[in-house]
Amino acid sequence: MTINILLFKTTLLIYFVSTLLYLVSVISRKEHLGSYAKRVLVGGFAVHCMTIFARWLATDITPVASLHESLSFFALTLVGIYLLFDHYYRAAILGAFICPLALVLMIGSTVAPQQPVASNPILDSWWFPVHVSLAFLGHAIFAVAGMAGIMYLLQERMVKSKKFSGLFYRLPSLDVLDNINYKCLTFGFPLMTMGIISGAIWANSAWGGYWRWDPKETWALITWFLYAALLHGRLTVGWRGRRAAIFAIIGFACLLFTFFGVNMFLSGVHSFSDFAG
Amino acid sequence: MHIVIVGLSHKTAPVEIREKVAFAPTAMQEPLRQLKALPGILEGLIVSTCNRVELYAVSKDPSAAAIALRRFLAEFHDLSRDDLEEHLYDYSGEGAIHHLFRVASSLDSMVIGEPQILGQIKTAYGYAVEYQTAGLILNRFLHKAFSVAKRVRTETGIASNAVSVSFAAVELARKIFDRLDNKAVMIIGAGEMCELAARHFMSNGVNDVLVTNRTLERAEKLAAELQGKAVPFDRFTDDLVAVDIVLTSTGAPNFILGHRQMDEIIRRRKHKPMFLIDIAVPRDIDPRVNDVDNVYLYDVDDLQGVVQANLKERKKEARKAENIVEQEIGQFAHWLENLDVKPTIIALRRKLDDLRRQELEKTFGNLKDLSDKQRKSIEAMSNALLNKIMHKPIELLKNGQNNNSGEDYVDAIRTLFDLPAPAPDDHEIKPLDNESDES
Repeated sequence: MTINILLFKTTLLIYFVSTLLYLVSVISRKEHLGSYAKRVLVGGFAVHCMTIFARWLATDITPVASLHESLSFFALTLVGIYLLFDHYYRAAILGAFICPLALVLMIGSTVAPQQPVASNPILDSWWFPVHVSLAFLGHAIFAVAGMAGIMYLLQERMVKSKKFSGLFYRLPSLDVLDNINYKCLTFGFPLMTMGIISGAIWANSAWGGYWRWDPKETWALITWFLYAALLHGRLTVGWRGRRAAIFAIIGFACLLFTFFGVNMFLSGVHSFSDFAG
Repeated sequence: MHIVIVGLSHKTAPVEIREKVAFAPTAMQEPLRQLKALPGILEGLIVSTCNRVELYAVSKDPSAAAIALRRFLAEFHDLSRDDLEEHLYDYSGEGAIHHLFRVASSLDSMVIGEPQILGQIKTAYGYAVEYQTAGLILNRFLHKAFSVAKRVRTETGIASNAVSVSFAAVELARKIFDRLDNKAVMIIGAGEMCELAARHFMSNGVNDVLVTNRTLERAEKLAAELQGKAVPFDRFTDDLVAVDIVLTSTGAPNFILGHRQMDEIIRRRKHKPMFLIDIAVPRDIDPRVNDVDNVYLYDVDDLQGVVQANLKERKKEARKAENIVEQEIGQFAHWLENLDVKPTIIALRRKLDDLRRQELEKTFGNLKDLSDKQRKSIEAMSNALLNKIMHKPIELLKNGQNNNSGEDYVDAIRTLFDLPAPAPDDHEIKPLDNESDES
């Protein structure tokens, strides 16, 4: 038990350092700091993987059952996806947007109650890790899309209004940001779809029904329709740029609400406190 | 040993003065020879560009050297010293080091960060090497300045943003499209300004060019020059659908492109972004076009605004560069100080004496049954040996003070005897790398 908490705190600290390095690198425009930040982040990612593995060994339940565990897992997938993106786009500034988000998720995870969820036969299914992994990978990719959307809006405003702040020189081109939006959509959407389907199959095997209009399911479906509309718009009518960026931001907000809001304001089978359904 | 600089630049002298004192690049041998022949001047170098004329010299007496250099500059160009005096500045010691580092890093240029100056200094140094007026100190000094300039260039964004209108347009296009090699440009109105801007775009990767003009022949002529395609003026909006970047400068009194047309075009393009550059006065494109989603319209004033923003950004970076220059001065000044003869002689004595003592202790440790008298004579012998060894080197050092070779001996002795000292340079002296700076 103590090992995974120690690892957790180490991860938190490393993410904090990496966030700081990213921000300083962008503000002071020292690019070599950005590459240090990335190396630190890679280290943090490795420690984070160990944290979650240790937690798994300690609790014997796939460690995404409590809010504490879910937030931590969300942060892990986010960092992993970002590192993957950075490999292709080499935009350190994206890190300055993503890394703080991962840090906030980790802080949220620290604040949430850390005791493990009591063993529950429903959680024993193999569908549980499949469902949450797919769902969180989708979440993480859409988080990147949302952040790229914010960056796009900032940059687009400057190019359009012809008023340039220092950020203009640091942000990537509109084309690259729009491209990230598109890539995220093409990878995130299938993952999210499979996440929902696997959840339905799991629900069927656990409770004998695929869909029960639980608030989280409803909101997930709303979010799914939103992204489906964006993907459709992009592919057929040529939605892009500002509109796609705004959609990605709204979509991510919906996603966050599905993840947090539903648990806080509405109750259902997905709330962390009550897994009995 | 001191470095002295006397000169004038765009900051202190108007062009009427600068052109009078400029040295012709084709005839540097004579002025360099005369410069080095001045009394008390050991090494010399002349930098002469359209924005600055500077004489560099190495001397033991900096104030006398400065006066000599001032006189030389006036006399060589047959000018009265009084006319020149008010425009001249001089630097010596650390001030001189600071000055060259700043000049080479393009911090003292009219347009901060412009790349030519470094190449010009390299050329000037090339002449000094060719005509053998640069010695140990100027060699090191100039190489150090080149490495400082390189550091400034790689570690700051001092040269990173365009400060001319047509380059600014290309940079903006990069911020919109990222890549330009798969983009198409249309030129509306076969004017010179557009042609220039189009060539900038082409040298940055664009190879698809359309030209349109009220008289088709002119469009065809320019299109042939740019290896593009001419399209008729009366239906150029149809071709706009396939175009990403538009350059326009017709003499039309009214707008030739309105926002409704642009709405239609952008829809037919499936909202792929367009970058419109309107260089015409009066303007060719309705400013409301900029309100259309995914269309970015810039007129001449907007581009000027970008240039101003870029200059501001460069100035910010220049502050970082100044810090780098400050850091680098100390090291070089330290090396220069250590080239003095006296501290070298002291260091040499101390080094050899330390060795002598260590060896004596070892010997006495092995031969414990020596008498006091025997000990004394061994000590005396070691002393005498030391003095004999040091005699010639010290004599050379002292004599060298009076001619040009002093610094060479100092440097050699410091290297040969590994004397604790200067480490002024973090880079080896390499032959000049003739990286192609525009000039």
